Amino acid sequence: MEYKLKIRKGLNIRLKGEASKKIKEIEAPDNFAIKPSDFHAIKPKVIAKPETKLKIGSPVFFDKNNPEIVFVSPISGTVTEIVRGEKRKILQINIKNDFKNDYEKLEVPAYTDSRERIVEFFCKSGLWQFFKQRPYGIIADTKLVPKSIFISLYDTAPLAPDYDYLLDGKQKLLTNALYYISSLTNGNVYIGLRKDSKLLKAFVGINNINTIEISGPHPAGNVGTLINKFDPINKDETVFTLNAQDLLHIANTIDKGYFSAERTIVLSGSEVKEPKYIKTFLGASVSNIIDGQISNENCRIISGNVLTGTKIEKDGALGFFENQLCIIPEGNEYEMFGWLLPGLKKFSSSRLYFSFLTPNKKYTINTNFHGGHRPFVMTGQYEKVCPFDILPQHLIKAIIVKDIDKMEQLGIYEVIEEDLALCEFVCTSKTEVQSILHEGLELMREEMS
Amino acid sequence: MKFIRKQVDKIKPNFEKGGKLYFLHSFFDAVETFLFVPNKVTQKGAHIRDAVDMKRTMIIVVMAMIPAFLFGVYNTGYQHALATGAALDFWSMIGYGLIKILPIFIVVYVVGLGIEIIFAQIRKHEVNEGFFVSGFLIPLIMPVDVPLWMVAVATAFAVIFGKEVFGGSGMNILNPALTARAFLFFAYPAFMSGDKVWIGGMLKGEGIIDGFSGATPMAQAAEGSTQFVNGAGNALSNWDMFLGIMPGSIGETSTLAILLGAVLLIATGVGSLRIMISVLAGGALMGIILNLFAINPYMELPWWNHFIIGGFAFGMVFMATDPVTASQTAKGKIIYGVLIGMLAILFRVLNPAFPEGMMLAILLMNVFAPLIDYYVVQGNINKRMKRFKHAKA
Repeated sequence: MEYKLKIRKGLNIRLKGEASKKIKEIEAPDNFAIKPSDFHAIKPKVIAKPETKLKIGSPVFFDKNNPEIVFVSPISGTVTEIVRGEKRKILQINIKNDFKNDYEKLEVPAYTDSRERIVEFFCKSGLWQFFKQRPYGIIADTKLVPKSIFISLYDTAPLAPDYDYLLDGKQKLLTNALYYISSLTNGNVYIGLRKDSKLLKAFVGINNINTIEISGPHPAGNVGTLINKFDPINKDETVFTLNAQDLLHIANTIDKGYFSAERTIVLSGSEVKEPKYIKTFLGASVSNIIDGQISNENCRIISGNVLTGTKIEKDGALGFFENQLCIIPEGNEYEMFGWLLPGLKKFSSSRLYFSFLTPNKKYTINTNFHGGHRPFVMTGQYEKVCPFDILPQHLIKAIIVKDIDKMEQLGIYEVIEEDLALCEFVCTSKTEVQSILHEGLELMREEMS
Repeated sequence: MKFIRKQVDKIKPNFEKGGKLYFLHSFFDAVETFLFVPNKVTQKGAHIRDAVDMKRTMIIVVMAMIPAFLFGVYNTGYQHALATGAALDFWSMIGYGLIKILPIFIVVYVVGLGIEIIFAQIRKHEVNEGFFVSGFLIPLIMPVDVPLWMVAVATAFAVIFGKEVFGGSGMNILNPALTARAFLFFAYPAFMSGDKVWIGGMLKGEGIIDGFSGATPMAQAAEGSTQFVNGAGNALSNWDMFLGIMPGSIGETSTLAILLGAVLLIATGVGSLRIMISVLAGGALMGIILNLFAINPYMELPWWNHFIIGGFAFGMVFMATDPVTASQTAKGKIIYGVLIGMLAILFRVLNPAFPEGMMLAILLMNVFAPLIDYYVVQGNINKRMKRFKHAKA
């Protein structure tokens, strides 16, 4: 089936520093790192001790709770260090590149093989961790058969990569991978694409694959939005989700026969000299990407987009699921009477600053809170940026008071942090919506297990 | 600017934990954040945040009340001049108005902010901006001749029992400004609903022309008159009442000035247009019903006349839209607004004990707002539960 989806509620944050359509290939750096914390809710057990020689695709660690899921090396080289934090928690595993590019050869099954065989292949090859499940937004449970699978090839987040540009020409690879993926579910696979996308044609008319042409502001392209509109999750149901980059890794790996760690990300943000696309590798240190690219030293480097990403240092590594490296100014300075000034240079979703008169202007936004934390006062703000059929403010309040029944009734299974990130952005009271939701999801997961 | 920042940084350590003046840290904090937007940066969650904050939001509401305030100053002087037979000189009227009104503002802010800061200190949170607005609202809904000690008592009551006992800004059930007004109304009923308190100087009675009446159109309507007159006995046209040249609470008389504020609130999105329209619709509906079944002169008063007398417009624009005490859901706001409008007119016309129904209608619906929301939220839940059952079957 071919569907169309028009979203009205939402917000496009107009940031400066959009990437030009140019891909720069950079050489693989010396240092790589894998951070188990990228994979929410796993208990890592290290296989590759320091000094172990690894090939591309060699197992590095596995999840104690689900030992069949292994996490593999994106590069050939030697494990140099296992960085541990409090209580010996593994923070990251550092690997030094030997530039030999040896790889572990995989036996790729045919897509017509049994579901068990395909799941086993995904687990062994290091591809399974790309599949996330809802509820909770964690790595998918291999024992569950999802009622449907949602894949978004349209990222509407601020300064996100344009997948129409990145994936064009790879249609064949992608459809091949989709045959494998669609055998994981007995239900439907939904693919979200930008309205009038060049990629659309490639996916029309395949088995149980449905296409959704999306238009409207962020979070229109989130898999969560698609789920809510096409196959909402009820209690005891599971849906798997994939993002465009993840699909590309799967497609490349199936095609090449070994784990493909290549990833094209977008280097963006107002403090980047030349924002552009960068071809790099999973787990690669970002130091040689941002070298000479920062125009302001008082800045924040974010692995991921400005709404959901993680702050990293200059020599940090790119997050496993991220498709963006965004650099914006830090806002660690005082502003005299900032709340009283006309505010022509301030971006606001409200009409409280005169900047609302210039609806197409792009802004430099720093990391300042722009105000102090307050109890909930304004109402109806969250609803304006949340296209879901849920009441975000009431859900957040239910989580704050830890009312599990209410959380369930108000639809906590249908959302993850990224879906309510805009609520956090627009909040006049500066409520930490994503952290609260995260706690709520964790609480639910504990209660349900 | 840098100089001031340096000075603030210099004295800041005194107010921090362990400093000599730590007991004043909430006050210092309030002043510092008033002068400077803090340098606090995001740590988790979204790295960027909207430029809007509570201070900005609240200052817009205060700005929206400026026209009503200015007209109140003028009208106070005008009514006084009318009552004393003085020359209608613009600047002396303004001067008289300011002398009567500014002390009320000062008392409200000193008492209210004082209590707020004490509570912020005890509860260890920042001073909330809510009182910016409440403090501006309270004088505007007071009769001009109200004694200052009454204002002080009412403000203290409103802040402590209307707000702080529930946990402070954002947690209160009743609108604090209306709580102050209701407190005076019920504690000093003879005083608050008499004919003398609405015009500056009439309580003392010095220099007032013989036979001058300070009765508001509301009071006249309650006595069965539909042709309203001013204190000197001249007829008030609808236009006069729309402009607000009549006795009444300081800021409530001019529908025009209030509408100017409404335009700002709606344009910025701070005030809920949904609530305002619902209140208006509810008022119109009840007005028309009463007109249809009219058995006395008050019931015959054309329904739209209600909008330009008494506190209907002021309550609709500035009180009913208070986001904390109103319904929080979109559907709830409509129900809440319509009921306020209907009840306000019903109380006015059919309850002889209370000349003004708007205050009580809003306070009553403040109490019911959570119940309305409960059913709206339940509707959303039921939809989800139905889907769940359907999926299981």
